[in-house]
Amino acid sequence: MAAETSHAPEENESILTAAPKQVVRPFVRVLEGIGSCLRLLAEAARHAPTLPRQFGRFIEQCYLIGYTTLPIVGILSFFIGSVLALQSGYAAANLGPKQFIGLLVGLSMARELGPVMAAVLLAGRVGSAIAAELASMKVYQEIDALETMNIPPARMLVLPRLAAVLAMMPVLTIMSDLVGWFGGAIVAKYTHFISIEPASYFATMRQYMDFGDVLNGLVKAEVFGFAVVLVCCNIGLNTRGGPREIGASVTRAVVTSLILILVLDYFVTKALM
Amino acid sequence: MQASPPDSPSAGPASAAVGVSVEGLAKDFSGAPVLRGISLTVNPGEIFVLMGPSGSGKSVLLKHVVGLERPSAGRVLVDGHDASDPATRGRVRMALVFQAGALFNSMTVYDNLALYPREHRLGTEAAIRDKVMRSLQILSLENAAGKVPAELSGGMRKRVAIARALVMEPQLMLYDEPTSELDPVMSATISEVIATLREQYHVTSIVVSHDRDLALGIADRVGILMGGRLVSLGPPADLRAPADARVADFLHPRIDLRNPRFRRLAV
Repeated sequence: MAAETSHAPEENESILTAAPKQVVRPFVRVLEGIGSCLRLLAEAARHAPTLPRQFGRFIEQCYLIGYTTLPIVGILSFFIGSVLALQSGYAAANLGPKQFIGLLVGLSMARELGPVMAAVLLAGRVGSAIAAELASMKVYQEIDALETMNIPPARMLVLPRLAAVLAMMPVLTIMSDLVGWFGGAIVAKYTHFISIEPASYFATMRQYMDFGDVLNGLVKAEVFGFAVVLVCCNIGLNTRGGPREIGASVTRAVVTSLILILVLDYFVTKALM
Repeated sequence: MQASPPDSPSAGPASAAVGVSVEGLAKDFSGAPVLRGISLTVNPGEIFVLMGPSGSGKSVLLKHVVGLERPSAGRVLVDGHDASDPATRGRVRMALVFQAGALFNSMTVYDNLALYPREHRLGTEAAIRDKVMRSLQILSLENAAGKVPAELSGGMRKRVAIARALVMEPQLMLYDEPTSELDPVMSATISEVIATLREQYHVTSIVVSHDRDLALGIADRVGILMGGRLVSLGPPADLRAPADARVADFLHPRIDLRNPRFRRLAV
């Protein structure tokens, strides 16, 4: 009886504290993730002076992040530009100002869709590969082996990737912008209810757009790309458990990256206005 | 291919061996105790073999020595430096031979071995090549230099892992189950390699193993961990007739078909 009485307050306490804990846990996890990413970033930044002697790794990562992602960015951007032209042409068919289709496609691609699509493809193609590779290295104790050799993983595995993404995101974004504009121009010329000559399409673009619009998109792309690679590296390096966790880490890395891109998009857009 | 005991080639200059002191080490994972107040000392140049049933905390203890785990209580000192301080790995050259090798799968055997000297800029590429090839020669692995780990057998992976550790010219060498999954001849070969490396380089060695022959053959002292506690510590001769019944059962288990162990454990 005495034992039952002594347990009662603990049970009440657990009922009262369990619900708030369930609510608080996701927020705590997000804060832990942010803290872990910042710690990894600080660690990588500390080793920044070693980047020149890691030139080979930097070039290898530039190839993986930039060159191998270019084709898919090109294909996707072409069709995004085409659809933008098609939809705006359809809307403009009733309203009249078809000459602004060039401006609409140009601004949308440069300021928003170019950087966002490049970052989304980076997350899907490169981010997932980074998370899988580092998670696999963690699960099979390769990361532990590096640490026992006094080789910081942040120096060898994270720093060259962060540097490479900063170098490659502008290339991917400019490629996305150009191909998107080109796709829009083709649709604008050959769609019967639009029929705008490329010269007129690009003239409006030149008249109402300036380099600041493109630069705005490049800044966004740099922020998105850097965040995606940092998050994917962090998730990969913090993988715990067996081989099954590698798949879970990849999923977590891609989902987190996609959410992060859209959240950052709002704040960076607002900051650049 | 069999590894012959190293008689002539040297992986590098011998360096001062270091001692290890474990003081009241305790570790728990999510509240479950794995190590419960372990205290022991490993002398410089000694081969210390740690034995015990699976799950008794041997590998966890090894990870504390190399600084991959932080103690819940107590501390581990390597040459007087706290093992959980990352700076200790810069002060004392330690090498851990992982149970599964932990070789870098994306690199060739040669690059696995060359990684440490390259990253720490320990000489020109030609000097590194000499050092790597000498280590491969000691473990009879010269022909495997261009292969990737996926192309190697279990025994070769273990030897590559030892060769990679050897390139570091360690003062403290830690082996996690170096003879598991190997045939008896290869196990004996690995035991010979561990003993010879100590003789040649005066390196301190801590070996976690289930292998009784290895313990009896090469150890200076043997510790036995059970349930996270050190239940026996002494020279290998003590293992022939242990006083503790649990240790005796672990070292000399009797196969009893009339009253099988799994039925006794179930009751």
